Amino acid sequence: MIALSDFLVLGAILFCISMAGIFLNRKNIIIILMSIELMLLAVNMNFVAFSHYLNDTAGQIFVFFILTVAAAEAAIGLAILVLVFRNRRTINVSNMDALKG
Amino acid sequence: MKTVYILIVLAPLIGSIFAGLFGKRIGRSGAHWSAIIGVAVSFILSMVVFKNIVIDNSAPFNGTIYTWMVSDGIHFEIGFLIDRLTALMLMVVTFVSLMVHIYTVGYMHDDPGYQRFFSYTALFTFAMLMLVMSNNFMQLFFGWEAVGLVSYLLIGFWFKKESAIFANLKAFIVNRVGDFGFLLGIAAVLMYFNSLDYSDVFNAAPLMKNVTIEIFPGHAWSLMTVICLLLFLGAMGKSAQMPLHVWLPDSMEGPTPISALIHAATMVTAGIFMVARMSPLYELSETALSVILIIGAMTAFFMGLLGLVQNDIKRVVAYSTLSQLGYMTVALGASAYGLAIFHLMTHAFFKALLFLAAGSVIIAMHHDQDIRNMGGLKKYMPITYWTSLIGSLALIGFPGTSGFFSKDAIIEAVDESHIFGADIAYIAVLAGVFITALYTFRMFFIVFHGKERMDSHTREHLKESPAVVWVPLVLLAIPSLAIGIMTAGSILFGDYFGGSIVVLENHEVLQHIIEEYKGSVSFLLHSMEDFTVWIALAGVATAWLLYVKRPDLAGAVKERFSFIYNILMRKYGFDDFYQTFFVGGSRRIGRMFWKTGDMGAIDGIMVNGTANMIGWISGKLRYMQSGYLYHYAFTMILGLVGLITFFVLM
Repeated sequence: MIALSDFLVLGAILFCISMAGIFLNRKNIIIILMSIELMLLAVNMNFVAFSHYLNDTAGQIFVFFILTVAAAEAAIGLAILVLVFRNRRTINVSNMDALKG
Repeated sequence: MKTVYILIVLAPLIGSIFAGLFGKRIGRSGAHWSAIIGVAVSFILSMVVFKNIVIDNSAPFNGTIYTWMVSDGIHFEIGFLIDRLTALMLMVVTFVSLMVHIYTVGYMHDDPGYQRFFSYTALFTFAMLMLVMSNNFMQLFFGWEAVGLVSYLLIGFWFKKESAIFANLKAFIVNRVGDFGFLLGIAAVLMYFNSLDYSDVFNAAPLMKNVTIEIFPGHAWSLMTVICLLLFLGAMGKSAQMPLHVWLPDSMEGPTPISALIHAATMVTAGIFMVARMSPLYELSETALSVILIIGAMTAFFMGLLGLVQNDIKRVVAYSTLSQLGYMTVALGASAYGLAIFHLMTHAFFKALLFLAAGSVIIAMHHDQDIRNMGGLKKYMPITYWTSLIGSLALIGFPGTSGFFSKDAIIEAVDESHIFGADIAYIAVLAGVFITALYTFRMFFIVFHGKERMDSHTREHLKESPAVVWVPLVLLAIPSLAIGIMTAGSILFGDYFGGSIVVLENHEVLQHIIEEYKGSVSFLLHSMEDFTVWIALAGVATAWLLYVKRPDLAGAVKERFSFIYNILMRKYGFDDFYQTFFVGGSRRIGRMFWKTGDMGAIDGIMVNGTANMIGWISGKLRYMQSGYLYHYAFTMILGLVGLITFFVLM
């Protein structure tokens, strides 16, 4: 039997991987978008695990919402990305420091 | 009579306003006419007042003209006290002022600031009249400061001349020192008497005789002494007594008529007048009288010595003025207030005469004031010569002249006085007689006798000054010669001043002289046995020997006593000391405040320091704003972890 804690550990590992993906990545903005998706999935994993554990389907419904929003967000994110590339001819993260003080 | 009093004061003010504000429109002659008419009206009405008060013996007038404000029961008023003392001062001030105004028409003939000059002199007359006619301390202070202001303006009349600006600033600042004491004195009067009115204060004064105050804890001082000394500090500034005398010689930078009117005849005697007016207060403090006596004696002696080495014709007369003011102060210290006023009056005439004569010489010499370039002017300027001779004789106290009566009586009064310091003062004033005669006739002989040392161009143009210049000389020479013999009977020996001057019985010094008095003529004859006259004549003889008979001797004496000569040339170092210590010190303190206080603390630390500090902090903070998305994200996560840790642990 797979215990609840195993799911939670998996969720945590996924979250950490995505976090590391955001921080360690210096090159590609797409990887950041992917990492964000992965982060959402890690959260979804927790929702599903708790939903099953507590016998409450509300959690799984929430997962659908999140997936929908994530899809929309990814679409917007990619659209922005295309625009950024058009304007700057690069998607290198290291060059994106317009907010530098 | 009230209208007359108001008119006396306002006539010169109106003249001044006309000359000053409408000077361009009314032109040069309009300006001098408006000022002269103003002062002349004042003079004529003063004669009316003099006749009314002195000759008809009316009761003194003491009344308020206008109440400026009432605050906490204290009245600030403009009021007049017209008694015999005031009447005399009115005559002196308006007469000398009128003479000087007429003289100015000739002296300032080509000056571009003609209208301005007349406006100032008439304004001065107004201020001086306000001072002498006052019946309260506030108006006295107003007049006191107003004459000081006009003096400042007139010393710096030629404001493009650097030395004139230096001199007027010096006069103003030195007078501030004295006026500070004066103001404190008035404040002390107000604090203890709760009134500024003369009569209130004088009536209450005897009750305050034994009151003491503690300014510094543990030192109880007599209230009267403190008040009198503080007021006298003001008199020291205005009447140029040591050590506040330094401004008067420098004030000679102003035009000569001003030196005659303000810095010889009237304004500088305001201090003497003030002390005489305050006689009911000064009589109660023997300490103050001693201080006055000693300071006066020192001024009379030491300032006279300085007159011996000066080469500027006006400066010689200026040092002589200092010395004579010292004589008046000595008389005040010896409680002979009436005598001080008498000498003030005679001095006003003969010193104004000497200054105006000096001015006449300066006109002839094309504004060269150095007596070493003069000589033998007698045959070119006979009227100036004879009037100067009268002035000089009066100054040294030659028997019969006005100066003789006043100065001789002062010396006798000091001899009779028993207060502390009278012995030294007696020696000082006796020696002063010799010195006075020496420097007066040194100047007289160098200027009018001996070789003609001017250049040929000047010599060709030497001539007597125009009538507008010499008429005032003659008009002043008459009282210089005769006022003594005319008035000595009443002022010196009679009871001229009546109630306006108070002398306690044990301070009475004139008793002896009065008892012996049998009329001014016999006084005159009697004086020939008196040795002060011979001392003066010895001074004249010495001057004649050194500067006419054997001019080479003067140089030899200078060589021989070069040490003393150098001290005198440096004016005892007063100027150097003040210049380095007070002026230099103030400038150093100012520089310190400027450099460390203003530029360092305020600009450097507070204003720019705040900005710099914020700049520095934000410079550090900028490193956090890298602009990289992952840095912000990382910070967010760190914050999240921190918050979670916090809430979990709580």
